[in-house]
Amino acid sequence: MSAPVQITLSINGEPITATVAPRMMLVDFLREVAALTGTHLGCAHGVCGACTVRLDGASVRSCLMLAVQAEGTEIETIEGLADSGAEADLLDAFHRHNAVQCGYCSSGMLVSAAELLAQGGVPDRATIRDHISGNYCRCTGYQSIVDAVEEVARTRAGKAGAGA
Amino acid sequence: MKSSSFAYRRAATAEEAVALAREAGEDARFLAGGQSLLAALNFRLDEPCMLIDIGRIGALRGIRRVEGALKIGALTRHAEIAASVEIAKHLPLVAQAIHEVAHPAIRNRGTFGGSIALADAAAEMPACALALGARMHLLGPDGPRRVAADEFFLGLYETALEPGELLTHVEIPIPPAGACHGFAELARRRGDYAMAGLAMMLGPRTGAGRDWARIVFFGIADRAVRSPSAEAAIVAGAAPEECAACATDGLDVFGDMNAAESTKRHYAAVLLRRELDRISDEENRV
Repeated sequence: MSAPVQITLSINGEPITATVAPRMMLVDFLREVAALTGTHLGCAHGVCGACTVRLDGASVRSCLMLAVQAEGTEIETIEGLADSGAEADLLDAFHRHNAVQCGYCSSGMLVSAAELLAQGGVPDRATIRDHISGNYCRCTGYQSIVDAVEEVARTRAGKAGAGA
Repeated sequence: MKSSSFAYRRAATAEEAVALAREAGEDARFLAGGQSLLAALNFRLDEPCMLIDIGRIGALRGIRRVEGALKIGALTRHAEIAASVEIAKHLPLVAQAIHEVAHPAIRNRGTFGGSIALADAAAEMPACALALGARMHLLGPDGPRRVAADEFFLGLYETALEPGELLTHVEIPIPPAGACHGFAELARRRGDYAMAGLAMMLGPRTGAGRDWARIVFFGIADRAVRSPSAEAAIVAGAAPEECAACATDGLDVFGDMNAAESTKRHYAAVLLRRELDRISDEENRV
């Protein structure tokens, strides 16, 4: 009944084909099949945000998505986000502001923060908090994370303004 | 935990999905955005024999203007509802409430129809559908049928959907000129389900009262529920505190891990009074 299914998708720009059980969640596929362990599994019911990845450009919970549902999609994980250099300023700001302690939430937090920053402008602190409200951090108390995101938004807006 | 095993089929059309469900029997589930279903599976609260993935049926996605109404495809994602100009213009109640549905990453996957079909007692979209007098378009083995929101939500996660029947669209009448909306909810954490919530539509003013009122509470009973007492008081032109005083009269209110029954009744009254006061203030200012 639960016959394995062959899927092909793109992860961080590289095509991957594999045969998976229908019940395999995307987060387990990323970690165990694709060996990309930067994406973390926390609560397994969509509340903590540790497993957040990009699917066709939008943030999603990889614990609330079957690997078979990702057929034909483009997934981006923290590994891709870091390697591409596109979010280097955000990663650097997290580092400098001590927005990372144990690191468990960081990959998901960065994907969510990057999604907000991609909307452009300089969001106020309440908007930043609202956007990362689905990403739990039990270490930092969020203050330093909001500091980091706010700084990147300001810097990027300044650069965009200077270039216009 | 990990989900138990199940078979997986992807349907290309709504008709194919219904046919697959008929073949598979009562233990099959339709998989839309999966933001509630897959969480339930991960915790083995449900162990279906088959998931029928309807997520790629294009005909069930999008918002269309039809005669006097907006017709929302069941697979329209929460994020698409939030970004829709049509929704913002014609259904400001939904436009406001959608931002209280979970978190951005959930709204990117979760679907409008999925939320309605699941009928969580504390969810925002079923309450809005009830307040707006939505009509549910269902497709079953015997063909399509329509069910009014008032007859759709029957109990705890229980709706008028028969086994194997699929919610395809939700048609929401555009409120008449002079109507206004109210929405408020109390939750301990941002994006969490409501401990108590209110979604309401008030008809045009007639003297001190209103032409009609649809007052819906969520998170306090086994489903989103209308309050006939509050509606009658509002139509009759009673003061906000009088309407609030009878907010949950005659309703079966349940306590849960968040709050006792009496607390929930109190929350409901407070939410209604606040929103009626706000509307009254705004209308007096004009």
